[in-house]
Amino acid sequence: MWVRGFIKVMDMGMEKPIQSKYDMINYLRKEALPSPLCPGCGGGTVLNAFANAVDQLGIDPKDLVLVSGIGCSAWIASPHFLADTLHTTHGRAIAYATGVKVGLPDKKVVVISGDGDLAGIGGNHLLHAARRNIDITVILVNNFIYGMTGGQVAPTTPFGAFTTTTPYRNVEHPLQISEVIAAAGASYVARWTTAHVFQLIDSIKKAMNTKGFALVEVISQCPVQFGRRNRMKTPGEMIKWFLKNSVPVSKAKKMNPEELEGKFIIGEFIKRERAELVEELNKLIEEVSGGET
Amino acid sequence: MIIKGNEEEQIRLLRKHYPKGNYFMQGDEAIAFGALFAGCRFYAGYPITPASEIAETMARELPKVKGYYIQMEDEIGSIAAVVGASWTGLKSMTATSGPGFSLMQENLGLGIMTETPLVLVDVQRSGPSTGQATKGAQGDFFQARWGTHGDHPIIAISPLSVEDSFWETIRAFNLSEKLRIPVVLLADGVIGHTREQIRIPDPEEVEILYRKLPKNEEEARFPFGDVHGDLIPPMPLFGKGYFTHVTGSTHKESGMRDVYTPEVHDRLVRRLHRKIEEHKDEILKWEEHYTDDAEILVVSWGVSSRPSLGAVLKARKEGIKAGLFVPKTVHPFPERRMRELGKRVNTILVPEMNLGQVILEVQRHVNDEVFVKGVNKIGGVPLTVEEVFREIKAASSAERSRHRSAD
Repeated sequence: MWVRGFIKVMDMGMEKPIQSKYDMINYLRKEALPSPLCPGCGGGTVLNAFANAVDQLGIDPKDLVLVSGIGCSAWIASPHFLADTLHTTHGRAIAYATGVKVGLPDKKVVVISGDGDLAGIGGNHLLHAARRNIDITVILVNNFIYGMTGGQVAPTTPFGAFTTTTPYRNVEHPLQISEVIAAAGASYVARWTTAHVFQLIDSIKKAMNTKGFALVEVISQCPVQFGRRNRMKTPGEMIKWFLKNSVPVSKAKKMNPEELEGKFIIGEFIKRERAELVEELNKLIEEVSGGET
Repeated sequence: MIIKGNEEEQIRLLRKHYPKGNYFMQGDEAIAFGALFAGCRFYAGYPITPASEIAETMARELPKVKGYYIQMEDEIGSIAAVVGASWTGLKSMTATSGPGFSLMQENLGLGIMTETPLVLVDVQRSGPSTGQATKGAQGDFFQARWGTHGDHPIIAISPLSVEDSFWETIRAFNLSEKLRIPVVLLADGVIGHTREQIRIPDPEEVEILYRKLPKNEEEARFPFGDVHGDLIPPMPLFGKGYFTHVTGSTHKESGMRDVYTPEVHDRLVRRLHRKIEEHKDEILKWEEHYTDDAEILVVSWGVSSRPSLGAVLKARKEGIKAGLFVPKTVHPFPERRMRELGKRVNTILVPEMNLGQVILEVQRHVNDEVFVKGVNKIGGVPLTVEEVFREIKAASSAERSRHRSAD
């Protein structure tokens, strides 16, 4: 069904073929291309990793519902991934996805959005979805910045970093999203950077196969809004920064907070089985209504 | 598909758990039962006085009829989950009061822009801000109309009693499903917490509607297109393999975002308005009492229409030609009827539990010669028959003296 490298464009009732050498092109919505992301953005890597994960898992895109919020990272999968896509308000993607998952328990519901969207304005929904352990996969693209609005400080911006609203330096501390969500009750939490593509694909696959709430945090580069204001003008410099400062979870456990300042802890934070919300709701319905209809 | 799952089973379940007959319950509970009979099978909410009894009733009753109750972390998340669930085909509802209604406004806007059927119940309480949390009021008339930003249509319905709450909730669902638009049920804390007798019907006596679904793949390609010429697009639900794209951004008929072409925005937003405008006859609903020969017209809504009716009856006993007009669909406002009535009377009194909101709608539709006066009460205590009657009587003697001086 998926012909590699050859696609048909459906627009205004006209069909025209597009030639592409990109393996995952058939997972993309043709009328939404080209991508609106800046050259060098990490979002493309995330989309590529997600498409590869879906491909390797053999998931039919008809069994996928993708939900996103507002911001650059919300555009990674919506409308670009060819599946049911719900593009919502700022910060609320996980709450919308909660309703979708309850209505479609047999589908894979995936939220792909940014750090400001999911952990800033929408932080409460992220926290509570993890607590409920609802079977949603969240791919949170953390680029330390509000990119779409012009590069303002985010709740994830490193201490001391420069942004358009911290022109002298950031005097706040960043939120450690993965650590918080692992503590909040999620079934699976992993963090990688865009420099760790194969590990990222593997974690997305694990997350999607987890029965329960799964978070994959991806540290991603925004050379345009973050890098160039912090002495990293090119995407390559940012990737090198990620590689140089990444510390595996196991090693990080032996380090003290001072040593970990400015480091990116990568790897799997948690993997556990825990009662899942929608399954529990359906069990409850059977208990209350069942057997005596 | 009318209700979730097997319809025969659903009717059997409703009959079993809520056998037809007379019940004694609160307005809030009647709203919940109305929702159950309308086919609502998803509720997401957050506790707030005086609407919490709706959540409690739904939490208790929904699982019995195979429906889902979920308590969200806030009102913003509640209406978001409701929109999400609606796109999977579940009839969905949330309920709140003033402060929560304020929080819901942004996502209500997304519901309107994406033409998502849902019912949002606002059990109005005394504001502004936290105000008198446990006391009823009618201060959200304009919040229901203009609470979310931008040009948008809305339907809002206001029930008058506990039994009316049951039936108007069903009507709210039917309009929402038929026209693919969120419907606000503007209840109030007084009726919400009043206990009255109500007759629960047999489920087969209740007419319920379900949204139009695409008949084929071709129709499903235009989730926001007027494919049937009635301005109401069929709704390609998630999970059916249509690859539906839904966004709160300005979008083309296909659902794809286009925020750069002025015509696309113009076409979309004007159709949203026309959809309501051209189906107004099905949406509007009002009650009239003694309006045929009325000289003094009382225009009231929701809880205030009840002392207003008492006052009109009392005035009639004293020979005063008073009449009562009660819009039950408050948005869109029944303007044409208001204009007709406005031409026949000398005086219009508008009793409401606020400092003057519906009165502004009334003034827009009657000419300057008609004397329009508000009968306003705030503080959480409903108007009494005596208070409204006093105003009718005063208007009547003023009217007589005016006639005398004209002679």
